[in-house]
Amino acid sequence: MTKVFSGRKGEVEALRTVDLDIRRGEFVSVVGPSGCGKSTLLMLLSGLLGRSAGEITIDGTSITGPNSDLGIVFQQDVLLEWRSALDNVLLQAEIRKSDMGEARTRARELLRMVSLQDFEDAYPRELSGGMRQRVSICRSLLHQPPLLLMDEPFGALDAMTRDQLQIDLLKLCAARDMTVFFITHSISEAIFLSDRVVVMTPRPGRIERVMDIDLPRPRRLALREDPKFIGYVRELTEIFKSLGVFKEE
Amino acid sequence: MASVPDTTYIARRPSLKQLAERIPPAVWTLIALLLFWELMVRWREIPQYILPAPSVILAEIISYWHRLWPNALVTMGEILFGFACAVCIAVPLAVSVVYSQFMARAVFPIIVMSQTIPKVAIAPLLLSWFGYGITPKIVIVIMLSFFPIVINTVMGLRATTPEMLHLARSMGANGWQIFWKFRLPKALPFVFGGLKLATALSVIGAIVAEFIGADKGLGYLILIAGANFDIARQFASIILISLMGMSFFGLLTWLERVAIPWRESVELSGKG
Repeated sequence: MTKVFSGRKGEVEALRTVDLDIRRGEFVSVVGPSGCGKSTLLMLLSGLLGRSAGEITIDGTSITGPNSDLGIVFQQDVLLEWRSALDNVLLQAEIRKSDMGEARTRARELLRMVSLQDFEDAYPRELSGGMRQRVSICRSLLHQPPLLLMDEPFGALDAMTRDQLQIDLLKLCAARDMTVFFITHSISEAIFLSDRVVVMTPRPGRIERVMDIDLPRPRRLALREDPKFIGYVRELTEIFKSLGVFKEE
Repeated sequence: MASVPDTTYIARRPSLKQLAERIPPAVWTLIALLLFWELMVRWREIPQYILPAPSVILAEIISYWHRLWPNALVTMGEILFGFACAVCIAVPLAVSVVYSQFMARAVFPIIVMSQTIPKVAIAPLLLSWFGYGITPKIVIVIMLSFFPIVINTVMGLRATTPEMLHLARSMGANGWQIFWKFRLPKALPFVFGGLKLATALSVIGAIVAEFIGADKGLGYLILIAGANFDIARQFASIILISLMGMSFFGLLTWLERVAIPWRESVELSGKG
């Protein structure tokens, strides 16, 4: 599958022959430098962008238009400032015209799982960056999608909040059967969360390597000091060095 | 601590000092200015046909009320009706500009350019077209107040971010839902900014229209009083107009707070 953007200054090849199989229920992260087409890949998967060549299939069906059978979390939380935390989560059900009573119960349960039960009625401006992103994750999960797409969801958060949200996310994922496609700049974040890590090259983005992460679940923060974890970090860092993403001299 | 029950504090009646502190400082400034005005006029014995004292103006408002009030109602009617018409024209127009390429490229620039025409200059023309009745007044009020509403509503409807639209589409939202659940609420603070700006302009519009040709209304009263060198009567009318303008603005501010409880209003933007 390839993607070529045509703009005023001619064409930009964002992705070149990306070929990737994602298994049902697995957590796949994509790591790569800025501008390697990670986000483009996610937009193609969601059907919000059309591809130039090739095919994307989910469960054997080809994706041709916006695919709504999924949840998306962006780097910005994209909460609607006129809705309370609970109503922001419920937006998902309102748009889909789902049963509101049932949705409300589930929304409350989701907020409780990320420790926001006391902030149901708070407006987004009354919440911290980490809390807002947690609300947006709850919103993406309300309709129990089989696929969750996350585009650098923790990129705008400070390191400590980030750690907490990684733990929250793993907790939410463990509670359901769901495939997660996670995009990040952070090597250790990708390893910590994933079953497989996809390494992408600078533009035009290709897949350099797909690495299986063989670490036990549930994962705890202490795992990051595990020699095996550190080994993965070293291996990925070496790959990016060989790609010229890191230059130490 | 426990020996002092809370109720004693609550039950105590506020002292005079506390009451005074509740009044906003601007009110004190205004009172000081009025006092200064009153004293200066009396002390320097300024004649009434140059500058009447505030007490004289107040007396004039009371004694002339039977003429002021019916004329104020006429002006108020022109303002409110014209303003309502402006909203009814401006908001759908703004929506069409945001949704239609043709409107955005072929019509909207002309509306923007037309704002360089001083509307007061067109007023006599409207008089010869629509006569001396209420119609030219309404038209002038519409012309003055509709522009900030259009501009702000367009800005507000365009404030929806690409991420919001991606989110909406990933939920399977249709165009209708995107408008009602995303674009319109996002635009509301901008719309109210425009409406508040338009209140002041609509008052100006009504008075200017009455200056040019009318046989009733506060603008007409001012003209007549001016012709008779009745300065106190002019001031009385001006004060009534100002109070009307302030109440209208206050009404919109209150409506805004009711309609947009989630935030403070955005800065006023757009020019008339």
